[in-house]
Amino acid sequence: MLLSEDRKIPAPAVNPENQAFFDAAANGKLLLKFCKTCQEYHHYPRTLCPHCFSEQTEWRDAKGVGTIHTHSVLRRGVPTPYCIAYVTLDEGVSMLTNIVDCDLDAVKIGMPVKVTFKPTEGGPPVPMFTPA
Amino acid sequence: MSIKGKAYLVGAYEHPTRKATDKSVAQLHAEVAKGALADAGLTKQDVDGYFCAGDAPGLGPLSMADYLGLKLRHLESTDTGGSSYLVHVSHAAQAIAAGKCNVALVTLAGRPRSEGSSGTQPRSWGAAVPDGPFEAPYGIVTANSYAMVAMRHMYEYGTTSEQLAWIKVAASHHAQHNPHAMLREVVTVKEVLDSPMVADPLHRMDCCVVSDGGGALIVARPDIARDLKRPLVKLIGAGESPKGQAGGKLNLTTSGAAWSGATAFAEAGVQPADIQYASIYDSFTITVLVQLEDLGFCKKGEGGRFVADGNLISGSGKLPFNTDGGGLCNNHPANRGGMTKVIEAVRQLRGEAHPAVQVKNCALALAQGTGGQLGTRHGSATLIFERE
Repeated sequence: MLLSEDRKIPAPAVNPENQAFFDAAANGKLLLKFCKTCQEYHHYPRTLCPHCFSEQTEWRDAKGVGTIHTHSVLRRGVPTPYCIAYVTLDEGVSMLTNIVDCDLDAVKIGMPVKVTFKPTEGGPPVPMFTPA
Repeated sequence: MSIKGKAYLVGAYEHPTRKATDKSVAQLHAEVAKGALADAGLTKQDVDGYFCAGDAPGLGPLSMADYLGLKLRHLESTDTGGSSYLVHVSHAAQAIAAGKCNVALVTLAGRPRSEGSSGTQPRSWGAAVPDGPFEAPYGIVTANSYAMVAMRHMYEYGTTSEQLAWIKVAASHHAQHNPHAMLREVVTVKEVLDSPMVADPLHRMDCCVVSDGGGALIVARPDIARDLKRPLVKLIGAGESPKGQAGGKLNLTTSGAAWSGATAFAEAGVQPADIQYASIYDSFTITVLVQLEDLGFCKKGEGGRFVADGNLISGSGKLPFNTDGGGLCNNHPANRGGMTKVIEAVRQLRGEAHPAVQVKNCALALAQGTGGQLGTRHGSATLIFERE
């Protein structure tokens, strides 16, 4: 058993294109970009859809649930082991994240997870995931 | 227009140093350039094209051309991480075919070992990198990025840590014969599995070394190559491709080699089964396995079985790979392993590899590079060479 510990999380570099995502995160909401032209979600968010290059993209509330696509606990060279992962959201896109607040040795591909928000050092909180 | 037969690899040099606390990065570039020119039998005055990537200090090739005292009519600084130098060879052939240069110099050098670099440290690509805010907070480093690919490959295809370990075992069998290799001890599958877990499921021995050093290549026009007194190594196929997260529609277990390899094989007019020696970028064992599948040496998902039981060991295995010991055992200068992949392929085609690992009558070889991070975005480049 390897209980996850809080670690110092670097602040994301907020810019005009991603500001809304991190503003929402500060309010405990996970946003995704959706393209009204090709009807596809994408992540990380862009102004122009990376699938069809339409500018008709909009922010949508994500359900904040998904499953673990892959994961790895980094155990060496860091003060505290932590679990990086891709989570495939119910909306169909995968996002890079951390799995937190659980036994990291028990994390498995396919495990259902839900979003939680963790503070960063001097920046907005960022979405992470914990077993649902 | 094809680059097939339009250019030859006439010079190759690998810096013998593995720790260069007493040298500057620019100096290492100059030393490898001089070594490659001497290997080719050419002089600095013959060089009219120069190629370098992000490891070269300063503004692209401008600083280095000035430092080296090069008079150029063609220069390029494509940076696709560790695969850059394979791309450079391909682009040098294109430039030569188009008459833009006659003799191209490609250099790589760096001293990450002296500077305390590690694959468990975050890498910074600058504040404006669009993916940065969505990755840096999560502690993505080199090791855990590749580890996520390995974890997914195991899940989808049943690949095992034992199978991955065989890649390191094969590399160590080759490295024992290389006096310059950082790790010359032959290791067993058990020793790989017993080495400390760095990033699940990758053990320390699944990871390449961190080393100082560098290498250089000389690419030349066919008639110039024929006037030199070296075995003729002809470029007959090349491919390059970037691969990323596809807007969140991930496919982690396929690398850009699926595209760069197909392009190179089509141009060369040969099949994977024809290849007698393969240099495969080995930042981690999983990097090798995924690229072997994507290049078509085996089917997707069968890489684990393909690499097991010594199949990559020269002399006994079906596909001899990285006979210098590769990044896993020999070196990984500037944290960019593409250059040394090309150099060992050239040695094999010339018959200049160590006798214990030399492939008999090696006439067709492949070099495969990956740069960036397999688990997020990377560049892939494939070169196919023929001895004439």
